[in-house]
Amino acid sequence: MFSLDLFLNALAAGVLLGGFYAAVSLGIAVSFGLLDIANLAHPVFVMFGAYLVYTMNSRFGMDPILAGVLFTPLFFVLGALLYQLYYASFERKGAESLRGLVFFFGILFIVEVGLLLQFGVDYRLVEARYIGESLHLGPVGLPFRLLIPCVAGVSLTALLYLFLSRTFYGRAIQGVAQDAFALRLMGANPFKVKRLAFALASATASVAGALLIMIGPVEPAMNREYIGRAFAVTVLGGMGSIGGTLVAALMLGVAESLTATFYGPAWGVAVSFGVLLLALAVRPSGLFGR
Amino acid sequence: MTSKRAPGTRAWISIVVLLAIAVGAGPWASIARAADPIKIGLGMALTGGLAANGKPALMAMQMWAEDVNKKGGLLGRQVQLIYYDDQTKPATVPAIYSKLLDVDKVDIVMSGYGTNMIAPAMPIVIDRKLLFLGLFGLANNEKFQYPNYFQILPAGQNPAVEVSLPFWELAVKQTPKPQTVAIVGADAEYPHNALAGAREVIKKYGLKIVYDATYPPNTTDLTSVARAIKALDPDIVFVASYPPDSALMVQAAHEVGLKPKLFGGGMVGLQFTALLTKLGPKMNGIVNYDYWVPEPTLKFPGIEDFLKRYQARAEKEGVDPLGHYLPPWAYAYCQVLEHAINGTKSLDQQKLADYIRKNEHDTIVGKVKFGKNGEWETSRVLMVQYQGIETSDLEQFKKPGKRPIVAPDKYRSGTLIYPYSKVK
Amino acid sequence: MSQRAFLAVAALVVVAGFLVSRVLTNQYYYFAAYVILQYVVLATAWNILGGYTGYVNFGTPAFFALGAYTSVVLIKMMNAPLGLQLVGGAAVAGLLGLGIGYLTLRLRGVFFSIATLALAVVLQTLFVNWEYTGGARGLSLIRPATAPLFGHYVQFLFEVMLILALFAVGVAAWIEHSWIGRGLAAIRDNEEAAECMGVPTLRLKLVATTVSGALMGLAGAPFPYFVTFVEPGSVFDLNYAVNSLAMPMIGGSTTWVGPIIGAVLLGTAQQVATVTISSALNLLIVGVILVAFVILAPEGIVGLIQRLARRREGDVRLAHGKAT
Repeated sequence: MFSLDLFLNALAAGVLLGGFYAAVSLGIAVSFGLLDIANLAHPVFVMFGAYLVYTMNSRFGMDPILAGVLFTPLFFVLGALLYQLYYASFERKGAESLRGLVFFFGILFIVEVGLLLQFGVDYRLVEARYIGESLHLGPVGLPFRLLIPCVAGVSLTALLYLFLSRTFYGRAIQGVAQDAFALRLMGANPFKVKRLAFALASATASVAGALLIMIGPVEPAMNREYIGRAFAVTVLGGMGSIGGTLVAALMLGVAESLTATFYGPAWGVAVSFGVLLLALAVRPSGLFGR
Repeated sequence: MTSKRAPGTRAWISIVVLLAIAVGAGPWASIARAADPIKIGLGMALTGGLAANGKPALMAMQMWAEDVNKKGGLLGRQVQLIYYDDQTKPATVPAIYSKLLDVDKVDIVMSGYGTNMIAPAMPIVIDRKLLFLGLFGLANNEKFQYPNYFQILPAGQNPAVEVSLPFWELAVKQTPKPQTVAIVGADAEYPHNALAGAREVIKKYGLKIVYDATYPPNTTDLTSVARAIKALDPDIVFVASYPPDSALMVQAAHEVGLKPKLFGGGMVGLQFTALLTKLGPKMNGIVNYDYWVPEPTLKFPGIEDFLKRYQARAEKEGVDPLGHYLPPWAYAYCQVLEHAINGTKSLDQQKLADYIRKNEHDTIVGKVKFGKNGEWETSRVLMVQYQGIETSDLEQFKKPGKRPIVAPDKYRSGTLIYPYSKVK
Repeated sequence: MSQRAFLAVAALVVVAGFLVSRVLTNQYYYFAAYVILQYVVLATAWNILGGYTGYVNFGTPAFFALGAYTSVVLIKMMNAPLGLQLVGGAAVAGLLGLGIGYLTLRLRGVFFSIATLALAVVLQTLFVNWEYTGGARGLSLIRPATAPLFGHYVQFLFEVMLILALFAVGVAAWIEHSWIGRGLAAIRDNEEAAECMGVPTLRLKLVATTVSGALMGLAGAPFPYFVTFVEPGSVFDLNYAVNSLAMPMIGGSTTWVGPIIGAVLLGTAQQVATVTISSALNLLIVGVILVAFVILAPEGIVGLIQRLARRREGDVRLAHGKAT
């Protein structure tokens, strides 16, 4: 049942999906890829963002993206606080990052319970005028429900990329990943630089949450589905390479979508993780590894 | 090596202490008194994937217990529910039910919500020859054929087939008669059962399957699937899905312009308020299963009063505000028990089971009669068509007309708009 | 503890377990204890690779599930007895362990962890689509009602899990104190240096992954008879990954005692919370325990005890010094 029409559409759907995956993975690409902090709780913060967006949307009819952007300062501060706790408990003592895993699992559960108690267990959706409509480009149909998250995800990636490569603080963040000592010689405080980076990474959760709830219904425990995927994207992208993260996200999205269309959706996720396994076997440091 | 031996010994002591705490932690609740209330025990999904249904179901059961106690209880004793959260994890079920039976010493056990939570409890109740009332399990007893199991989901004696049968009966009655079918569903327990049943019926009716696929639960995007189906242009699209993917499927079908003659069938979740109100007009024209809707053909005594009280309370407890899907059935399976206890004047498991098997029971979901394997003697799966939904207003769903029953004929309360593409 | 002492204690515990199971008929305790002991096996198995060798395995559910599904296949094919299920489950999961052992040739650190996670996802998809073992629908199994000598089968399962737990701990303790354990520790501290010093790193890592995988499979093998219902979602549960990692961390990951303490503590807390709090707060408690312990006892409980003991010794010495 192969047709060019179907192929182009599957490709487009994969790209849209990939753009969204990039948005979810960005936070981990920075915190884990650059700072070596395995923030397993990032997806649950994405969930938290989704619920805040839901509240603004259902109470005041606010546009989901706008609401997501609106809450970024809150997540920035939350991220800074979380890093402070992490630093005080682990990094300062030089404890290995393994304990960090347990710590973040704990945080994950705590936030998840908070969401359960505050927002209940029902599936939540948002409403917006454009949800349900599609943009047609020749034979290819692009649902706004997926197109907007993709555009937003790619824009967020681009912004972060520019910030990291063009500004002083951005370069300092990249520097701290490679050589904290050299950074100190330059007169920057590694702790502050890392806190800034972690806070920025967390701030992306708010926008990613808006995209998530725009694409489909959410419930608090859903964050667990995205842990594996976001870490897979980060690793495949080469740990901290922002451009690599985007390419990896697009690759997984396209692989999933093509499999779903032509082979059977049951194998979509397995194929994308299979791609990851293969890629790691061939090129252990990811696609754009340092 | 002394330095190594020391922490070892100390560790052993702490292990023993911890084990002692573990063993000692249980029996707090086991101090029993005379003239105790009748204890009814169950595990229920209050967290995890099925919690959105488990919580309202538990609330309905608590309402039943309060109602009974207001009337003076059963056999002159008050009724007390003892429940634990099974976290939607089958692995917690054996411990929960043995705790209920051996530590809490409950008089009656009832099931939690759903096939996967009922299955692990079956061996325990069978082993002790207990009466077991099930809440929405699909064919749990097929393998065991245990005589004292009764299940309230009205899907008849061959549940996998019956859950979608009215859909297919409706389909083959239409002119022009549909020929080709696409079936799709999530990789999970109910969808797979429903798809297997559907395949059987499709074969019987001589329809042709052109697409047959499943997708993993929690798939992010279903537009690819919808598009692949659309490329084959089937007359019927039958979907067996769980809440998140039901919503995704409805949205994807709209976005890619999937317009078969008949669309829907087995989508779980469209019955819940959260999705009903948010998907709103996008659901118009979909034909989907349901078990109770506020239509004139289903006005059983007590149901309206129950829902009124449920809805008032749901708002406070933050559970499904309409409560049309599961709560009436959770209340009804308690009523079956109430009926049996009052009828036999006893708590003897075998007597109760015999009584339930032999009699018809009046409940708020109508008269219930059990048949083979403790399933409903005759199926009462309904197909409704979402019609004329314009806004996301909640109130409209409390009145008849938005979800008229289109099959089976016995309960029909509206006419099917066919084909689906004619629906605006 | 010497080998002989360990064996004596183990034999004593087995006999005690058997005697208890003849006297105490309240089944709840066996169900609850089974789950806790199952975590002792999983945590101990995880620790052989994670704690001793420093390779963090996120794929515990894959090995556990493989053990469980091997049992399912054996039951369906030939109604195999439990003993054969255990051997089969351990063998198949051990083979998978050997496979991921070769992965460590190229993948280290987080890359290895992510690969094990990916492996679990791929394996879960396979089982979801394999109709023979029930597919996505799951499969109900009928377990024997009784076992010779034990009366009830549940008591028997408890005793089996008790023996498995002791076996796993014994294996871990033996590895820890043998040349293998020293080699693994060298790998954990610095793999390149170990390699240069002539430590056969690959062979040691293969031993660690195989043994660890086989023990996890062993923990999963009796699971089908324990719940009597096997379904991909419940055997590939993320909780197995979280718990098998968190328990050694809480207890202390450098000695075989740590995982036991962690598993008993966290496992018991979870069991008790399930039947007391029984709401979302359940998860909150687990979360708080995880966060609190890794912050307050960074070397685990074993480390904490050792530190306190050392301090006390120090105080004593100090006091002595002042007196003289």
